[in-house]
Amino acid sequence: MNIKKTSLNNLHIKYGAKLVEFAGYQMPIQYKDGIIQEHKYTRSHSGIFDVSHMGQLFISGGDDLTNDLEKIFPADLKKLKTNQSKYSFLMNNKGGIQDDLIITKTSDGFLIILNAACKYNDYEVIKSKLDNQYKLNLDESLSLIALQGPEAKNVLNKVIPGCNSLKFMNGNNHVYKNEKVYITRSGYTGEDGFEISIKNSDAETFVESLIENGSKLIGLGARDTLRMEAGLCLYGNDLDNDTSPIEANLKWAIPKSRIETEFVGSEVLKNQFQSGVKKLRVGIKPDSKVIARGNTKIYNDKNQEIGKVTSGTFGPSVEHPIAMGYVDNSYSTVNTKIFLEVRGKKIPANICNLPFYKKNYVKGEINV
Amino acid sequence: MSEVKYSKEHEWIKLDGEEATIGITKHATEMLGDIVFAELPEKGSNVDKDGTAGVVESTKAASDVYTPVSGEVIDTNKMIVDDPSKINEDPEESAWFFKLKIKDKSEMDSLMSKEEYEKFAKETSA
Repeated sequence: MNIKKTSLNNLHIKYGAKLVEFAGYQMPIQYKDGIIQEHKYTRSHSGIFDVSHMGQLFISGGDDLTNDLEKIFPADLKKLKTNQSKYSFLMNNKGGIQDDLIITKTSDGFLIILNAACKYNDYEVIKSKLDNQYKLNLDESLSLIALQGPEAKNVLNKVIPGCNSLKFMNGNNHVYKNEKVYITRSGYTGEDGFEISIKNSDAETFVESLIENGSKLIGLGARDTLRMEAGLCLYGNDLDNDTSPIEANLKWAIPKSRIETEFVGSEVLKNQFQSGVKKLRVGIKPDSKVIARGNTKIYNDKNQEIGKVTSGTFGPSVEHPIAMGYVDNSYSTVNTKIFLEVRGKKIPANICNLPFYKKNYVKGEINV
Repeated sequence: MSEVKYSKEHEWIKLDGEEATIGITKHATEMLGDIVFAELPEKGSNVDKDGTAGVVESTKAASDVYTPVSGEVIDTNKMIVDDPSKINEDPEESAWFFKLKIKDKSEMDSLMSKEEYEKFAKETSA
């Protein structure tokens, strides 16, 4: 299979990226500054992330679309205003997560942002569940650029004036070089930021202009440490087909109004809402400097296995190892002492609150 | 003049009489990226040639550190445990990992010279 390249591939090379294969795409893991500097620059200034490998699925056509999509996704799509976004899930019949995604209501339908590794399968699943009644377009003529960090609003506003009036989890159409771009205020770093959907042919000049205004390209390595500090899940690590949104501690993303209604996986979810779950995603803070990575086994003080780490790294901003994982629900209370098996040794750690790094989302700003 | 040699696992070793100082090469640190954790062998323990004698972790992954020769650990560098970023800054001087009382000097013979190692590193990373 041919490895795909995003429209920013030449730019990645120009800025000294170390390229790796990720979900079938050649992507930058880091640039010259390295993961820690890139991470810190995003937190102190702003960072540009090429997320063009992610799927941009446009669905339109038909008055029943909202109703039919509510049979698939557990989001309150009827209440969604045009240009408003919600975090939701594509689930299987067992309530397991096939993908986590962001749904935005557009003027003529919905835009769904899908994980790169899941997008083609998601497309087929959604298409068949909609009985081929609607127009679905997994648009690969568009790039997706994330701009994240406290300076993101100022940098972007210089390139596309007016965008900093957007509120968090809202989007709008804007114009760049006489072409339509769609911008949402959202992200995956725990910082204020934007995601810009832009024509492939304009992506490179757009990113260069962000760089000219003080921002820097950031690789997937720092994207991972940033999202972990923000307590956000990575599909494939922290979420999978055998894990429900309730188990993943993402109950907040399922509105009360939808619990009694039907959608794929609703039976299982309703049960879990009533009777609770056996395992739960938690934050984990090791006592020492030892890093517990994904798949590290978790034990209680009686040496019984009680769970597994799903993501772990050193948090450059919190300056300490951090992890998240799933434990037996009876061990999920904050400050519960647990032990992580790293290289044959049991490392003491505590269950802790997520996120590790406090969020800095902006509710909307008109004058900057 | 003390002798510096290199292993295929990207460690350097400097022999001064009976005392061998061991660390990881600059090339190794460049491959690893930002180092955020280091674990060293215990003082007084014995380590065997090509055996594991420590761990370094970058933001991305963990890697074992091997000893290129056998011997008794007589000293470890606490500085790199307290501040692992020193390994990226000065890997072949102040950020050494451990010192051994070497058991068999002939174990040095199979290791590479600086020129050989540079060639090896270039070929294996290409």
